[in-house]
Amino acid sequence: MNIVRKARLAGWSRGKLSAGNRDRLINIASPIVLLALWEIAVRVGMLDARFFPAPSRVFDTFVKLIESGALWVNTWASLQRLFWGFLLGGVPALLLGIAMGLYRPLRASVEPLVAATYPIPKSAILPLILLIFGLGEASKIVMVAIGVFYPVLINSVAGVLEINRIFLDVGRNFGAGRWQVFCTIALPGALPLVIAGVKLGLGMGLILIAIAEMIGAKSGLGYMIWNAWEILSVETMYVGLIVIALLGFLFSLALNELERFIIPWKAER
Amino acid sequence: MVRSTPVKNEKSMATIETPAKIRIRNLTKSFETRAGRVIALDDVSLDIPAGCFFTIVGPSGCGKTTLLRILANLETPTSGGVEITAPAANRPGNSMVFQGDSLFPWMTVWENAAYGLTMRKRPRSEVEEVVGHYLARTGLTRFAKAYPHQLSGGMKQRVSIARAFANDPDILLMDEPFSALDEQNKVLLQEELLRIWEETRKTVLFITHSVDEAATLGDRILIMSAQPGRTKRIVEVPFERPRRVLELRVRPEYGELVYSIWGQLRDEVHRARAQDEASAPT
Repeated sequence: MNIVRKARLAGWSRGKLSAGNRDRLINIASPIVLLALWEIAVRVGMLDARFFPAPSRVFDTFVKLIESGALWVNTWASLQRLFWGFLLGGVPALLLGIAMGLYRPLRASVEPLVAATYPIPKSAILPLILLIFGLGEASKIVMVAIGVFYPVLINSVAGVLEINRIFLDVGRNFGAGRWQVFCTIALPGALPLVIAGVKLGLGMGLILIAIAEMIGAKSGLGYMIWNAWEILSVETMYVGLIVIALLGFLFSLALNELERFIIPWKAER
Repeated sequence: MVRSTPVKNEKSMATIETPAKIRIRNLTKSFETRAGRVIALDDVSLDIPAGCFFTIVGPSGCGKTTLLRILANLETPTSGGVEITAPAANRPGNSMVFQGDSLFPWMTVWENAAYGLTMRKRPRSEVEEVVGHYLARTGLTRFAKAYPHQLSGGMKQRVSIARAFANDPDILLMDEPFSALDEQNKVLLQEELLRIWEETRKTVLFITHSVDEAATLGDRILIMSAQPGRTKRIVEVPFERPRRVLELRVRPEYGELVYSIWGQLRDEVHRARAQDEASAPT
């Protein structure tokens, strides 16, 4: 049996790809094949080019929008709103969440409020937000902030509750004060789940920024997509969607890197 | 520092020759559980002299850990009290070496060992010196920058011990610190603990379920009875210091001591088992 296994291993290393490399190849090849099929389907008239423009035409539009500067202006507008929204929603959520995890009475008083407001679709709050904050930047930033707030808060609370009680005993026994417990035990202990919350918040933030920018905005990727609908430039719509997808992908890559950097105690992956 | 309820009746004390560092009087602790009231400690009175390496053995569930947690101020007694001679200014009252994994996974070995000093905001130079010393004494200097998940069980407990010693407390509380280790590591760490302890001769309260460990390390052994936890007997350990663990264990007197403690404990273990069986669902 051992010999058979060895033979198999040898077979793999000689000429054939390892399982991991084969996966990677498939990962890259499958979208390319799909795009090629799409292109062909449009050219032979199997797909309606009015709704599903050929990838080559979307790419042409992409280049045109970069050259005109419109794509950059809109992407930058969305990025700025995302940034401020993240700060405005994420930081209070983190602090409140960890405090809630540490202090039972605070948890007991805030938890029902969170449970009651969390299920409200964030997009349904948009009219109210527009009413309160007007059509300017503030309403967009607040929308992102609301989207980020909940997952970060809920995960921060869970993160602290997950911390082994023995660590709090150690803190007490070695004379750590409240603020020291917060900084040296609760925050680092909750960090893995907090990062998971930030990742969820990121997805929510992208959804909400697109929705918020479709209504009463003069810039942003959401605006660009909505405007494209109004002038029936389907290719521009696709460009907008691709850029949003790309942003999401890049953010999650960046967060994974950040995670590796600020949580070095997690076993090497 | 005194935290106690006043005691009126001074019960018969086991030993009163050196001034007591810790005086425990009529200490009782009970917990409310779903199954009803559980008495963990029942009227425990005890004096522990300064500089004594005091070990406590007893069957599991005899309230040893509860006693230690009350002394560490992590739990409050139901009645009775504890009096501990105040430590010198700037010195913490006690530091605990916890049972099992208590190192912060997010701190390096060095940061873990420095925890007590950092929390007390000691000057940087002092922290460097003291932590450096205890990491060297526990053979961890090379691992100063490692994280706990990179260490073996024995090394983790070494860091735990270094953390407690580096904090320079008046009293060391040790809650079965070696119980999760294999036999070889256990002996090594016992030797190391004795060596480090010889430098300072702090008052130590060491809890274990191992009679061997209690006899090897302690000056005195308290045998506790099964639930509810009571003090059953205090045994003096006659062996001179410094001790070498393996040499000590081959001596006939050692064997006799361990045998006699086992005799005392056997009844308690049987009682604990009978209780378990009686309370087990049928």
